[in-house]
Amino acid sequence: MFNRYGGREGRFFLIAEYGGEACGFIIGEVRAWEFGSPPCGWIFAIGVDPDARLKKTGSQLFAAICQRLKDSGVDQVRTMLARDDSLNMAFFRSQGMMGGPFIQLEMPLD
Amino acid sequence: MKLQKATKCALFAVLELANNSDRQLSATDIAEKYGISANHLAKVLRDLGRAGLVESVRGAGGGYRFSGNAKRTTLYDLIQLFEDVGTTEEGREDGDMTEIGQALGRVLSEIDEIAKATLKSITIATLLKTMEWHAHREKIRQDGTAA
Repeated sequence: MFNRYGGREGRFFLIAEYGGEACGFIIGEVRAWEFGSPPCGWIFAIGVDPDARLKKTGSQLFAAICQRLKDSGVDQVRTMLARDDSLNMAFFRSQGMMGGPFIQLEMPLD
Repeated sequence: MKLQKATKCALFAVLELANNSDRQLSATDIAEKYGISANHLAKVLRDLGRAGLVESVRGAGGGYRFSGNAKRTTLYDLIQLFEDVGTTEEGREDGDMTEIGQALGRVLSEIDEIAKATLKSITIATLLKTMEWHAHREKIRQDGTAA
C-alpha cells in the first residue's frame, strides 16, 4: 500500500507520529473523470491509534492530506463510508464534509 | 423530510442555546426569534430538561441554558425524543404485505436508513460549525465575484 501510494504524484500516504511512534495514517489520491466527475481528491482510508484519539490526530491528518490534494490542483475532496460507520461519518462531517451529489448503488452477482 | 412542530421547536431551542452557551435565554427570547408559540416551546423545554439537554436557571434574569454534550449529542438523539425516525415497518398498514407493498417497503426502508445514518452522524457541535463554514465559503464566493 505504501509503495503504491507513497511518493507518487497525486497519491498520498501520510503518517502521524508522536514521540517517534506512528499513531495514525491517512491515504488518498486524485482521481479524474470517474463517474463523470472532474478531477477531485478521494480519501479512502484513515486510522488513528485508540490511544491517540481525541487529540486532534485525525483532524491534523485530514488537514494535511486536503492541503496536498489542493496543491495538486483539485478543489473538491470526497470519501465513501459504510452507512453504519457512525464514528468515521461523524468524524468526516466534523471536518466539514457533507453528502455529495452521488449515490452508490449495488447488487449481488448471482 | 418534514419534521413535526414540536421536533422543530426542540431543535431550534437546543441549537440556539448551544450556540450561546455562555448565557441564558428565556423561552420568550427563543420563541420570538423563531416565530413559535411560547407555550408550546415551554412544554418542549420541559421535555428537553428531562432528557438532560437543557436546564432552567432560577433567579433574576433566569432562563434556560444548554446542559448537554454538544460533541456527543446528535440530531438523531434530539429528533427521536419527539418522533420516530425512519421506522417504516413492513406490514404495518393495509396492503404492506402484498408483493407490491413489500417492494415499495424496501424502497422506503432504503430512504429511512439513509436519513437515519445522516442524522446520527451530525452532532450539535458539527451543525453549529456548518454555519461558520457556510458563512466563510459565502464570503470567499462574494470576494471572488467582487474581484
